[in-house]
Amino acid sequence: MGPLIPQGIITGEWDFVIALLLGIFFGFILEASGFSSSRNITGVFYGYNFVVLRVFLTAVVVTMIGLLYFNYMGWINLDMLYILPTYLTPMIVGAAIMGLGFVIGGFCPGTSYTGVAIGKLDAIVFTAGLFLGIFVFSEAYPLIEGFYNSDAMGRITISEFIGVSNEVITFGFVILALAAFWGTWLIEKRVRKTITEYKFD
Amino acid sequence: MNTEIQSKNMPRYINPYFGGVLLGLLLLATFFITGRGLGASGAVKSAVVTTVDRVAHQHAEGSTFYSKFLTDNHSPMYSWMVFESLGIFLGGLISGVLFGRLKKLRTEHSPKITSKTRLIAAGIGGILFGFGSQLGRGCSSGAALSGTAAFSFGGLIVMLFMFGTGYLVAYFFRKLWI
Repeated sequence: MGPLIPQGIITGEWDFVIALLLGIFFGFILEASGFSSSRNITGVFYGYNFVVLRVFLTAVVVTMIGLLYFNYMGWINLDMLYILPTYLTPMIVGAAIMGLGFVIGGFCPGTSYTGVAIGKLDAIVFTAGLFLGIFVFSEAYPLIEGFYNSDAMGRITISEFIGVSNEVITFGFVILALAAFWGTWLIEKRVRKTITEYKFD
Repeated sequence: MNTEIQSKNMPRYINPYFGGVLLGLLLLATFFITGRGLGASGAVKSAVVTTVDRVAHQHAEGSTFYSKFLTDNHSPMYSWMVFESLGIFLGGLISGVLFGRLKKLRTEHSPKITSKTRLIAAGIGGILFGFGSQLGRGCSSGAALSGTAAFSFGGLIVMLFMFGTGYLVAYFFRKLWI
């Protein structure tokens, strides 16, 4: 039966209402988890606060298990899901630039919107930076179009790339997540003892 | 002293694992309803395309990039991503009000740097993130989170290299944070 909109079960006129509602839940979860604060977010890179890793990996694992379960029950057709296409080298370079921006800017786009919502001036400046960065990319597009479209691998999944089933990949992520939760919990305890610049509640 | 008083009055955040489960269920619901995941950088792209189209219409129409997102019947702002991102803002606002974090304009920064340094860094970070999100086909929400959760190989690549680079360069920018 699912996905509902691509199957025509919910018609297009509800698109924007659904978009707004899903966005409200998304923004609420991000802000309530502490992502409206850049110093909470960057804690993941310095070991004093791993909230980003905890929320992120938990969400990935829950969604993966949910999708497999829905597929098994016949509630969703996984073949109709949008699989982000892979352009290997451009994506590696893009992700590296984003990683640099993450550490310098302290936000990512979604989290910066929630920072703007509660009155963080640094989030407003970050969002303005996003606008400028995308504008520069758009204007430079003719120069980088070749690179942008290079290394296209199509809508390949992790499972297809490695050659195992989605179930095995999900199991691997569960193990990885549990190990990461335990390891970062130990690191966080040690780092917090030595840090004085940042107070924790 | 000031930070100590602030942290005592600061309301707690929800448990991160609980937040992760909520986010996972929301993402699952999003896939179930729309067939696609969540995103964030797409809205800013729509804003860029709209602005350039308004200011320099001929330039936008002649560009291979902008023209991809321009249609005759409606503005690029009339898109799923723009409404979803408006929702992110509203959801953040609701949570901020509910937990008492909605306050007047302020800049959060490490005691080791000034507000001005923090704002310059935030601007540079935003520019880099915006530029990178286009090459990466999405940001942490659209590519790293939604992509990986839907088993996309590219999504996993973005996640690994985004955080990997973050750890690689974190040492050089530690004064900004700790």
